[in-house]
Amino acid sequence: MPRFYQTEVRSRLMLGTARYPSPAVLADAVRAARVEIVTVSLRRESAGERAGQAFWSLVRELSVRVLPNTAGCHTVKEAVTTAHMAREVFGTTWIKLEVIGEDDTLQPDVFGLVDAARTLCAEGFEVFPYTTEDLVVAERLLAAGCQVLMPWGAPIGSGRGLNNLFGLKALRAHFPDVPLIIDAGLGVPSHAARALELGFDAVLINTAVAQARDPVQMAAAFAQAVEAGYAARQAGPIEPRDFAAPSTPLIGTAFRG
Amino acid sequence: MKILVNGAWREIERDELAGALEELGYGGSAVSTAVNGEFIAAAHRTRTVLVEGDRIEVLAPMQGG
Repeated sequence: MPRFYQTEVRSRLMLGTARYPSPAVLADAVRAARVEIVTVSLRRESAGERAGQAFWSLVRELSVRVLPNTAGCHTVKEAVTTAHMAREVFGTTWIKLEVIGEDDTLQPDVFGLVDAARTLCAEGFEVFPYTTEDLVVAERLLAAGCQVLMPWGAPIGSGRGLNNLFGLKALRAHFPDVPLIIDAGLGVPSHAARALELGFDAVLINTAVAQARDPVQMAAAFAQAVEAGYAARQAGPIEPRDFAAPSTPLIGTAFRG
Repeated sequence: MKILVNGAWREIERDELAGALEELGYGGSAVSTAVNGEFIAAAHRTRTVLVEGDRIEVLAPMQGG
């Protein structure tokens, strides 16, 4: 079972909670996928609408662990302050740390990310940094105190899958004992299965489920894909070859010799 | 006095953060606050004094990825 800081979880699928057609569909998708961890965020609350209070009630009814994010933060200061606010509202030291560096790709500002991670880890947060597949950045994040990494598969919401297979494989090989969660950019269940086949510990999906024609069915499909990918990894996949290798034994073939 | 609440100017009577939140209609809500970019824990709201022009952020749980 994957272990994130001191917490063991059974499910290797995590879901984001944004962009669903309705709160009811979100709740059904979370149940269909049997996830134990969902990501949440903080936004300005209107005293009149109190939308945040209704959302928080819904999430608490789902009996899942929440992983608050710092989405939308572009500076270390914003991210650290948002993390403090999230810890108070959500009652958890977990924080999915995002420091965005570029708006078209939503690529992490890895320099700010390392700075913010160092500050938050020193303050007792359990930081899940949203990062790239860069090995040196990963080293710095671990040195800052992170015990989990969340490399991107592709830009957030792009649905492109695992953009840099070589880099992601290298990351997995370089840090065999660090829990690695693919966060962002996966579009279909086969992408998730591939991530697990490569040895990643879990995946976080949001847009691919929330914006599917049937989010509940897609959530269930991702859950199956993650289980299949993990089982395949355990079973030991064969290495790809450049040429054919007959699967039917050649010994005793008729009409030969 | 006038303060900026979540990006909008509001007129309030109370000059400490806890009272201002009540006055603005946030009483009993699960919210977190910052004043001029600095996080203010719930336990410190009663002793946080506001002055004209302060920027208050009042955040609550929201959907996120």
